[in-house]
Formats: sequence, C-alpha cells, structure tokens
Amino acid sequence: MTLFGDPAVWLPLAFAALMGLSILIYVVLDGFDLGVGVLSPLASEEEKDRMIASIGPFWDANETWLVLAIGILLVAFPTAHGAILTALYLPVAIMLIGLILRGVAFEFRAKAPVRWKAFWDKAFFWGSLMTSLSQGYMLGLYVMGLQVTWFTLGFAAITAVFLTVAYSFIGATWLIMKTDGALQRKSVAWAKGGIWGVVLGMGAVSVASPFVSARIFDKWFSVPEIFLLAPLPLMSAALVALLWYALRYLPTKDDSWAWFPFVATIVLFVLGFFGMAYSFYPYVVPEQLTIYETASAPESLFIILIGTLFVLPMILGYTALAYIIFRGKATALSYD
Amino acid sequence: MDTLLLSRIQFGANISFHILFPTITIALGWVLLFFKLRYNRTRDMKWMEAYRFWVKVFALSFAMGVVSGITMSFQFGTNWPGFMEIVGNIAGPLLAYEVMTAFFLEAVFLGIMLFGFSKVPGWLHTLATFLVAFGTTMSAFWIIVLNSWMHTPVGFEMRDGVAHATDWMAIIFNPSMPYRFTHMLLASGLTVAFLIAGISAFRWLIVDRSQGVRATLTTGLGLGALLIPVQIFVGDLHGLNTLEYQPQKVAAMEGNWETGPNVPLLLFAIPDEEARMNRFEIGIPNGASLILKHSADGVVPGLNDFVAEDGTVLHPRVAPVFYSFRVMVGTGMAMLLLSWAAVVLMLRKRRGVEGLPTPLLWAMVPMAFSGWVATLAGWYTTEIGRQPWLVQGVLTTKEAVADVPAPMVATTLAAYLAIYVILLGAYVSVLFYLATKASKGERVSLRPASGQASTELVAAE
Ligand code: HDD
Ligand code: HEM
Ligand code: HEM
Repeated sequence: MTLFGDPAVWLPLAFAALMGLSILIYVVLDGFDLGVGVLSPLASEEEKDRMIASIGPFWDANETWLVLAIGILLVAFPTAHGAILTALYLPVAIMLIGLILRGVAFEFRAKAPVRWKAFWDKAFFWGSLMTSLSQGYMLGLYVMGLQVTWFTLGFAAITAVFLTVAYSFIGATWLIMKTDGALQRKSVAWAKGGIWGVVLGMGAVSVASPFVSARIFDKWFSVPEIFLLAPLPLMSAALVALLWYALRYLPTKDDSWAWFPFVATIVLFVLGFFGMAYSFYPYVVPEQLTIYETASAPESLFIILIGTLFVLPMILGYTALAYIIFRGKATALSYD
Repeated sequence: MDTLLLSRIQFGANISFHILFPTITIALGWVLLFFKLRYNRTRDMKWMEAYRFWVKVFALSFAMGVVSGITMSFQFGTNWPGFMEIVGNIAGPLLAYEVMTAFFLEAVFLGIMLFGFSKVPGWLHTLATFLVAFGTTMSAFWIIVLNSWMHTPVGFEMRDGVAHATDWMAIIFNPSMPYRFTHMLLASGLTVAFLIAGISAFRWLIVDRSQGVRATLTTGLGLGALLIPVQIFVGDLHGLNTLEYQPQKVAAMEGNWETGPNVPLLLFAIPDEEARMNRFEIGIPNGASLILKHSADGVVPGLNDFVAEDGTVLHPRVAPVFYSFRVMVGTGMAMLLLSWAAVVLMLRKRRGVEGLPTPLLWAMVPMAFSGWVATLAGWYTTEIGRQPWLVQGVLTTKEAVADVPAPMVATTLAAYLAIYVILLGAYVSVLFYLATKASKGERVSLRPASGQASTELVAAE
C-alpha cells in the first residue's frame, strides 16, 4: 500500500477526483435530459413524443451517475456526506420528488390510457423543473459555504434559475443534434433564448465564490496563478462566442455542424467545472471540512478503488455502446 | 412525534415502496429471458406475445424501482448520518459495489432491451435481456449482504467507536446472508409467478383465449407451485439461523414469554406487552418446540430473558413482529394451496387451462399481489425484530438519527406518502389497463424511435 507514498494522502485525492468526475458526467448527461423535460411544454404533442424518444434509452443510465456521485461522497467522505445532506434536507427532498415524477412519467405517458397522457406530460415537465431548480439551489448554497442568511438564500434562488436555464440550453443543443425539420428549427430558437442563462450563471458563480471566501480569492487573484488560470475564462468566452455564431447559421441545409452546439456546451460545462473544482479543493464542505479530514479508513477506500479500476472502464465502454447504437435522428413512428 | 419516530416511519415508508418493484424486476428479468429463449427456439409467436406484454410491465416496474431507489440512496445522508459515520467503512464499499457492478449494467442494457428490439441483432437483444436480469440479481445480492450484515455483524473491529473491516469474506458471507439472499430471491420468484398468473387469469376471464395467455398462465402457476415448497423449507432454515443469532426476535415471532420446553405453535393470539402475556391464544401443542428444536420438549427462548435487571426491555415490540410473521406464513400457505390445486386440476385428464374452474381463476386475480403482501410482512418481521438495534449489538437506531427538525421530516414524509399512494394506484390500474387492451388484441402503441441504431455496425463488432 506504500507503493505511491502515503495512502492517507493520495486515496482521498483519488476519490475526490472520482466524485468530481461522476458529478461532471452527471451534470452533462442528466443536464440534457432534464433540459429536454423543462423545454417540453413549448413543443406540440407530436414533437413531445419525439423529444422524449430522443432521451428514452439514456435517462436511466444518466441518473445513475448521480447515485454514483452520492455513493462516493457517502463511502469516501462519510462525515461530509452527513453534514451536506442534512444541511440540504429540503432541497434534496424536492429534488427526489422531482426525479420520481419525471422518471415514472416516461413510462406512464406511453402506457396509461390516452386521456391521462396530458397529466403525465405535466408530471414530466414539473418533475424536470423541480429537479433542475433544486439542484441549482443546492449549488448556490454550496458555493455560499452552506450558510443560511437572506443573502445566501437569495443567491441560491438565482443559481436555481440559471442552472435550469443552462440545462434547458444543453437540452436544446441535444435536440438540435438529434432532431430534424421544424423541431430542429425550434430547438435552435430555444438555444438562442437560453445562452444568456449559461453566461450569467457561470458569471455569477465565478464572481461570487471569490468574494465569499478570501481563500478562493487568493487562489485566483495572485501572481502567477492569475496568468496560469487565465485560459479558463478566456476559452469559455471564446466558446460562447462560437456558439452564438453557430446558432445564427443553424440548422444548415445538409445538417452539417448540428453536433457542434452540443459538443461545445459540454466543453463549456467541463471548463466551468474545473474552475469550481480548483476553487474548492481541498474542501468538501466549503471552508469547514477538507477531503483529508473526512476520508474513510484507507483499507475501505482501497477495496473500492480496486473494484473501480476494473469496473469504471467497462461502464464507460457500454455507455458509449448505447450512444453508438442509438445514434442518429430520433424519428417519427415505429412499432416497438 | 419526535424526529426519531418520524424518521423511522419515513424510512419504513420509502423502503416499503421501493422493495415492491425490485421484488418484481429481479425475477421478471429472468422470466423474460425464458420467454425470449423459448421464442428463439420454437419461433412460436405465443412466446413473443408473452415477451411483448411482460416487457412493458417490466419497464414500468423498473422505472418505479429506479426512482424510489434514488430516494433510498439519499436517505442515509439526510436522515441517518450516524449510520455512515459508524459503520461506513463496511456499508460504504458494499453500496459502492452495488452501484458499480449492478446499477450501471441494468440501466444501460435496459435501454437496449426496451428500445433496441428491431434495431440490434437478435443475439445482442437476448444478451441485453440476460445482462439486465443478471444486474438486478446482483443489486439484490449486494444490498442483502449489507442488510444481513446489519443483522449478524462479523469480520470487523471497533477502533475509536468506528467499525473497521478486518475480513471482507466474512463480512460478505456473514452467517445470515445465504438464508436471507435465497429467501429473497425465492420471494421475488413467487411474487412474479403469482403476478403473471393473476393478470393472465384476469385476461382469460375477460375472454382472451389467445395462446399467449395460455402460455403465461401455465408458466406462472407452474413456477409458483414449484417455488413455494422450496420457500417454506428455506424459510424454516432461515428461522433456525435467526434463533441462533437473534433469539429475542424469534421469541417475539413465536409470542413466547417464558423460556421452557413444550412451547405451542400459536396460530392466533393478542400479545399484551403491559401484562407480558398473550390473550385469546389458539395454538398447536408443542408446535414451536417441534419446529425450532425438532423435539416436543425442546427448550425455546422466551421474551422475559431479554429484560435487564433494572427493567429495561431489550427485545423488540412483540405485536408487530408477531402479527407480520403470521401474515407472511399465512400468505405462503394460501400460495401453496392455490398453486397446487390449480396444477392438479390442469394435469387431471390433461385439460390444461380449461380444467380450471371459474371461482379458482377469480381467486387468482387478487392473489396477483400476494407476493407483495408476504414480502412486506417478511421484511417487517425481520426489521422490527432487530429493534432497538440498527446494527445488531453495535449501533442503535437512536444513535444514528439526524437532528433535523421534526416538522421538516413530517412535511417530507407527508409529501412522499401522497406521491406513493398516487403512484401505486396508477401502477395497479395501468397493469389492468394494459391487460384489457392486450386482450382486445390492440396493437402495441406506436411510438417514435430513439435513433437509428444500425444493425451492421453492431454486428461487425
Ligand atoms: C413471497 C414472499 C415470502 C413467503 C411466501 C415467505 N416469506 Fe419469509 N420472508 C420473506 C418473504 C417470504 C422476505 C421478504 O424475503 C424476508 C424478509 C427478510 C428476508 O430475508 O426475507 C422474509 C423473512 C422471513 C423470516 C425472518 C428472518 C429474520 O429473522 O431475519 C423467517 C423466519 C421467514 N421468512 C420464514 C418463512 C416461512 C416459515 C415461510 C413459510 C410459509 C415464509 N417465510 C414465507
Ligand atoms: C426491502 C425491504 C425492506 C423493508 C420492507 C424494510 C422495512 C423496514 C422497516 C419497517 C423499518 C423500521 C423498523 C422500525 O423502526 O421499527 C426499517 C428500518 C431500517 N432498515 Fe429496513 N427494510 C428493508 C430492507 C432494508 C435494507 C436492504 C437495508 C439496508 C441496506 C435496510 C436498512 C434499514 C435501516 C438503516 C433502518 C433504520 C431505520 C430504523 O431502524 O427505523 N432495510 N426497515
Ligand atoms: C437501503 C436500501 C436500498 C438502497 C439505498 C437502494 C438503492 C437503489 C437505487 C439507487 C436504485 C436505482 C438504480 C438505478 O439507477 O438503476 C435501486 C434499484 C434497485 N434496487 Fe434498491 N435500494 C435499497 C434496497 C433494496 C433492496 C432491499 C432490494 C432487493 C432485495 C433492492 C433491489 C434493487 C433492484 C433489483 C434494483 C434495480 C431494479 C429496479 O429498479 O427495480 N434494493 N436501488
């Protein structure tokens, strides 16, 4: 166990990285399918069917990344897990109810009597909305160090809205890639309407976190860090500009570049995520508990790590297989 | 009500709702594989019809299982932080292995199983069906390992008040795990057998005489008749194992107050905890001694042995354990009676389904949910019987609870309960709706496809 030096140092770090990775994958993947849910009331009946078909084979696996993330928090940093989740008791409950509603709506809307379909469509929308809003709210509260004051609650309310808009944006870009015709044109319009939310949301978090914490301020605004980190915001700004430009010309006649907004948005999410990860490291509970203070016993972490090294590549492999199998446009009616 | 009680009710409500659906999906996955393989072999459309219908039930149950499962995985943090702080070193890896080896497998291949039917080669679809069934069984394995470890904890040591694993093999193969896992898998098999039989009987009764219904009705009844004796046998072994490790639970199950020989098997009684005795006892003389010790004068432990000098009660509350155990065993007996009667009638003069009298078919319809009743009753016996411990002898339930304000727990509890009632109603009514629709021979509803899924590409790999 001393192969790489002290396991009490590198194991918590490895698990923090794993947890970060699964949160990131979750936000991107469930982000787009939650976004599709939030956008669903804007579409016609037939379009709704196609939108939901485009995420049908994926949503369950997408949500599993949340289970993995929370699982790693729980197994690797048990004290932090308790502290964070008890502090976020109500928003977590709202998120869970949202996830329940939208998850079952997928099945019920297709199987229940037709006269109930509109009801389950509403459940799908409200569930997606509740989930996105509560996740944004938790993000805001987390950035504010889980403190509860009028100011932090206000901030959390703002991030709730922005994250929801950001999810709808990535949802719209997914639809640009996965649909055609009128629905695709609509999706471009939705994306145009949503891009400001992404910009404002990332901006709000980037501006707020250094001002809430002097430690984070120093991490970013001292020499030489400020120069080393400059590419993060600069690349983000460049990507936003490119997205803006691309959306003006989409959809193209031969459907080229339809993939671009989705891919660019993923990169944007990744950049934003790295910025946050850099700010908060080494804390899991901001300014209170570090990953080293809360880590489980090394022998327990070790046994999970071994399993992870075998299983994670397999998971990524068959997830990729599913996306390959179901690539291409979501089409109209079929018989299975 | 205080936070502790509310949190317990909330946990009980959430897991009771959750377990309903895994109980179906664990075994239904294998039954679907069976239908698919029968079809591959015989090319008889009736197996395809059976597959088409039950895969819809599977998809619906799976979605219910997943969303309620996600609720479960947050519960530990929101309501029971002490659980992870004290036994996290053991519970954590087990839960992590469940996520990694089971949840992803099911979730990804479910997509292919449900949406890829006409898009991927037949062998890949059969493989996906197998992997989903395998995944659900793995889920059950890991969670039962954890749960049985909480009943019979071994393979660890306490350092500074925190449990540390010393022997993973001992933890995984802890003394009650083999019994609990087998009993649970059989429970799932029985639940599905009676669900299939019940819904098929319903279709038969509303004059659906298709070959598909015939096939599922006989499959369901046959499976039920096959599994129930095994379940009773395994249940008995499970009880003997519990007697060894948690005698106070068995004493509560039997409603036996005084340790001694020649203890009767109580068919009915009203345990009175104040007076520490039973009222209105009806029992079979020496029954409990015979079952638990295999001799009429075998000594069976009594509840009074589990009261400390100062009067503190160290055994669980008697009535809920006593009654729920009887509900489970009673349901098991009803299953035995019904399935064996049906099989005998079908074999007699080889009349098949036609040999079944209408009242028996009607009795099968409510029995469609008998598996749920027995499973829940069984879990209540087990879990309430472990109180006041959360991890037997290591951690009490009280020590693990979060200090979240009681009104907050009460509000969320009310919200969960409301949603569960609605969803359960919707689930059951959709089952019958799908059955009615299928009986009228309506086509599977048209739905848009998710993407192009090319056969060549996958075949080439
Ligand atoms: C279809 C479901 C079903 C049926 C018909 C039965 N059981 Fe069961 N039983 C379960 C489903 C179940 C369960 C839900 O799966 C439990 C809860 C925990 C466990 O491992 O299995 C359980 C628990 C359980 C326990 C408690 C174990 C403990 O202390 O932890 C005992 C002693 C039995 N069973 C015995 C029986 C007997 C003698 C049966 C004879 C009819 C029987 N069960 C039928
Ligand atoms: C699936 C079927 C299960 C059912 C129906 C069930 C039911 C219950 C019930 C009714 C209680 C409350 C007991 C009481 O307070 O009197 C309880 C407690 C609990 N069970 Fe289970 N249980 C199940 C499986 C599990 C599993 C698999 C685990 C762990 C992995 C588990 C962990 C717990 C915990 C942590 C509690 C704490 C709350 C408490 O003791 O009140 N249960 N369960
Ligand atoms: C405290 C206990 C439990 C927790 C935390 C838990 C957690 C979960 C989660 C998060 C999922 C969703 C997986 C996905 O995203 O695909 C799930 C599904 C599942 N769970 Fe549970 N669960 C618990 C108890 C149980 C028990 C007692 C059983 C069975 C014996 C069980 C068997 C399953 C199965 C088979 C599935 C997948 C199939 C389905 O969703 O129906 N779980 N569980």
